[in-house]
Amino acid sequence: MRRLTRKACLLAALGLCAVAWSKAAEGPLRRALSFSSLATSLRDVDAGKIIQALQEMRLRPIRQAWAEFWDIFGPGGRLHPDWFIEHQGHLFIEGGLMAIILVLFFQSGYRPSKEQEEEPLTEREIDELCREWKPEPLVPDIAEEDQLPEPPVIQEWENSHWVTVAGRRALNLTAADFLGLSNDPSVAAAARATVERYGVGSCGPRGFYGTFDVHLQLEQDLAAFMGEEEAIIYSYDIATVASVIPAFASRADILVMDEGCSYPIQQGAKLSRARVFTFKHNDAGDLAALLGRIEAEEARERKPLCRRMIVVEGVYSNTGEVAPLRRIYELKERYKYRLCVEETLSFGVMGERGRGACEAAGLEPGQVEIICASMSGALGSVGGFCVGHSEVCDHQRLCGQGYCFSASLPPYLATAAIAALRILGTPDGQALARRVRGAAAELRAALAAGPPGLVLAGAADGPAAASPVVHLHLDPSVESRLGPRPAVAAALQRVADILLQRYGVFVALPRYSVLDEVHPRQSIKLVANAALASEGRVEHVASALREAAAEVLGGSDGGSDGGGAA
Amino acid sequence: MGVAAAEGAPPPPPHPRAAWYINVLCTWTLSLLAFTGRIRDLFWTRPKTRKGFAEISDPHQDFYNRRLYGRIHDCWNRPIASAPGAWIDVMEREDIAGSYKSTRKLAFTGRRQRCLNLGSYNYLGFAAADEYCTPRVLSTMEAWGISTCSSRAEGGTTPLHAELEGLVAEFLGTEDAITYGMGFATNSASIPALCGPGTLVLSDALNHTSIVAGVKASGASVKVFRHNNVRHLESLLRFHIAEGQPRTHRPWKKVRLRAWGCMRAARGAAGAGLCEQAGVDPRDVDVLMGTFTKSFGSAGGYVAGSKRLVAYLRRHSPAHLYAASIAPGAAQQIISALKLIRGDDGSGRGAAKVAQLHDNANYFRRKLLEMGLHVLGDWDSPVMPIMVYHIGLLASLSRRLLSRRVAMVVVGFPATPLLLCRCRVCISAAHSREDLDYALDALRDLVAASGIDFANRSGGGLRGLLARLTGRAPPRGWRAPAGGAAALAAELSAPCGGCGEGACGGLGSRRASSDGSSCSGSAVVSGGSSSIADSSSCGASADISRPGSAADSWAALAPSAAKSV
Repeated sequence: MRRLTRKACLLAALGLCAVAWSKAAEGPLRRALSFSSLATSLRDVDAGKIIQALQEMRLRPIRQAWAEFWDIFGPGGRLHPDWFIEHQGHLFIEGGLMAIILVLFFQSGYRPSKEQEEEPLTEREIDELCREWKPEPLVPDIAEEDQLPEPPVIQEWENSHWVTVAGRRALNLTAADFLGLSNDPSVAAAARATVERYGVGSCGPRGFYGTFDVHLQLEQDLAAFMGEEEAIIYSYDIATVASVIPAFASRADILVMDEGCSYPIQQGAKLSRARVFTFKHNDAGDLAALLGRIEAEEARERKPLCRRMIVVEGVYSNTGEVAPLRRIYELKERYKYRLCVEETLSFGVMGERGRGACEAAGLEPGQVEIICASMSGALGSVGGFCVGHSEVCDHQRLCGQGYCFSASLPPYLATAAIAALRILGTPDGQALARRVRGAAAELRAALAAGPPGLVLAGAADGPAAASPVVHLHLDPSVESRLGPRPAVAAALQRVADILLQRYGVFVALPRYSVLDEVHPRQSIKLVANAALASEGRVEHVASALREAAAEVLGGSDGGSDGGGAA
Repeated sequence: MGVAAAEGAPPPPPHPRAAWYINVLCTWTLSLLAFTGRIRDLFWTRPKTRKGFAEISDPHQDFYNRRLYGRIHDCWNRPIASAPGAWIDVMEREDIAGSYKSTRKLAFTGRRQRCLNLGSYNYLGFAAADEYCTPRVLSTMEAWGISTCSSRAEGGTTPLHAELEGLVAEFLGTEDAITYGMGFATNSASIPALCGPGTLVLSDALNHTSIVAGVKASGASVKVFRHNNVRHLESLLRFHIAEGQPRTHRPWKKVRLRAWGCMRAARGAAGAGLCEQAGVDPRDVDVLMGTFTKSFGSAGGYVAGSKRLVAYLRRHSPAHLYAASIAPGAAQQIISALKLIRGDDGSGRGAAKVAQLHDNANYFRRKLLEMGLHVLGDWDSPVMPIMVYHIGLLASLSRRLLSRRVAMVVVGFPATPLLLCRCRVCISAAHSREDLDYALDALRDLVAASGIDFANRSGGGLRGLLARLTGRAPPRGWRAPAGGAAALAAELSAPCGGCGEGACGGLGSRRASSDGSSCSGSAVVSGGSSSIADSSSCGASADISRPGSAADSWAALAPSAAKSV
């Protein structure tokens, strides 16, 4: 492309020269430039004197030769420029220039000569190479350190808070249905009615007759609940933010992310191909320094204005910590960034009206440009959504890959979410959310001292303690005592088993993919829910954890026991 | 080589191309729209973005959306208010044809139109309530709730999920399978687990966005081969294996072929998908991916393959570890649909559905070809993209069809190139013959009015242009209006056992022929390198390679590399 442009420039320049020349041959410029004027001046000034001098010197042969020369080259001679001009000789010059231009235009750049070129591989050599080529196996063996026991299977389901696992009825602290809204009879009835009316699948993407009236209803309700202009729903939780980020950032743009962001955000950043900068986890000071650095860099290199976005999670799924959103908001206003907050684990629980971590941080709707969340959290359904300005949502309807190129959400999951959202909006729902927040804070406070060998991630008190996801990491000293990763995993598994079998508490052991660029520490994850908020349950769970941890991780005996189990 | 051809299977239909004047007209229309759009932009400014912020959307894209797409955006996103069965209730919106409304929200009139559904991917007719599936789904929802609200690895695995994966593996004839809650995520989240830097991915030019997204996220190098062109694929494969990685010339770690197969279950007699029809043993394809949206009336996707592959995905695929598991109701829908197809209910309804689908699809395709339309795809395929080429025709076609109470999908830029607009028909087993005739009647009238019967006006040229502009049949010396297309259709359906109704009988003979070449076919797919046959569907790529040609051209790849697994 650039070569073509260069050629076009050259062509234009040479063309201009040619035009100038032909014009000059007619106008007053001609006299200044043409050969005839030069010749005339030569004759007027010098010719007589030269001949006289030659005569005086009696150099006849030379004089004769000069006279002959002058007959040809002097005025009227066949090779005098005037003759040339009179007989349209400039056409030859212009033609020559045009020929050069054409040659330049059609030549195809620099091509090395045959000698310099390597000889191409022969067919036989290629056959040979293809035969010799040994691909790696399709998938590598699972590394020994990544091998984990089979995940638990739920055998019976009473409601989202009480399940039977491994033959034991237990309090389910793995499901993110914090408020238990999906247990409500009105939700189940709505879903049932929809299946009877619409079937299960939507059978098409939103653009192609896959939009149902219930999708539009859900979008409207979500926007109203969040106090935003518009909402857009996706059919899967991890596809939501991974589609939203590439819609608003491309190659030249800037993404600033917390280094602890979960995999969907990482994938979104990768898909966008934007310039990604990370700041230290939950460190607003580092963010400020980073934004300052980026601004200085942009100013120095005089880069054009690009789209800039900060991406954080309201509650980090890898740690359960709450982002300092107030501070991040101030910084993003100062440095003119847009802010995208992933609210999966805070939506429905945090904030006075259950709008999530942004509300809890005192931010008004509209102040944060993009809020994404999953519907498999507080809404007890499946899918994800994004709320924001009309412009933000409209743009995604054509550019959100997971929105355009995927079948839409099954309608019955949409009506379940609508019904759940309706409960969440009532005073009852908000009271429920308040109770869950209280239970989460109580649980964090009870675990603040830490069961032996375990450390609570995130704040134990203050507003951030309302985060409904509690991660208990292994104490580094215990971890080093236990040794390699499988031993650590086995020890945690034993804690979980004891919790389940002896105390009827079902907790999650998060697993991380090798693709995840963040390597979170192994932990036990508890999700606070409405059932936990009942009298005495928090204390029961906390004491169970203390006892189980003391048994497995506590003394050196327990440690070796845990290691031995591996 | 040539087994299929020797036994007289129909030759692959020539890939239709637009006549030059169509392209000229379309380019002219687009330029005019762009020009007037720019003029309009001089007088109408968008609300200003906040000071110091860049525009939230790309200005060029935004211009296209407002000034071109905005004029015809009523052809998409039409909401419906019924099950996506054979007939749907389309919610009527205000009419913007002829006026200019930008992408502003369209108001609803409150009326509903009962339309024949040619848009939904409802191959086997499981979209609406089904006497076998729906009660099972409802009782499952009763027993297991709406959603597990937890990932498969944490607390979202139920016996339903295990049953589903077992059934899928059994159905596909693979060792094991893993399922995900969304078709798009199946590709975009499992491909990164299978490829990484140092992997060369050879991808069909028309592969779905989800595959592109997955490959992009994986960091692998991508080379694109021409759509369904196995010869091009082979040459690329040989060249790149010989050359190795760029710059370092180290050998590639793995090479993946990504062919985008077509729809699950709808093809093949027992409905086991593309592999069965192409006569390739599923075990020789390393990775099978697909979606449950289209045939089973549910949501989600699967990856099937060897035990080792699936175990690796269970350990490392992000969608398994981080995303909520398939909702129990949706899982039960797939399970019951699979069982029904397998014939567990004892009524043979499942097999009848598959046969009905093939019958419907071939009937409709034959009629379309007879009309002289440029139809892509193969016999038996329920998806039929009809080339329209001209974006203006696209919009008018969609609106007029809707007014004739036929809901059909139209596809334009950016899903297809600007000059390759098309509409798409999805045939379902739920359609009755009367339904299909109803649609064909409506189409026939519109085809006559809009002149998209390009096969009748073949050749392009000035006469073609004249014929198109005057709307008259081409002058003498040209093929007779319907003769060309009808001849082609007859030629294509001739080997189908001679049965008048088309390819139902022919299916058997064709399968036999492709079975004949299956040994060479299967040698390839595992030998060539790891190939991923993605069975799902996409209108743009519905014209998958024919069984015979696929098998024999696959065979050419056999010597190219060592066995990979």
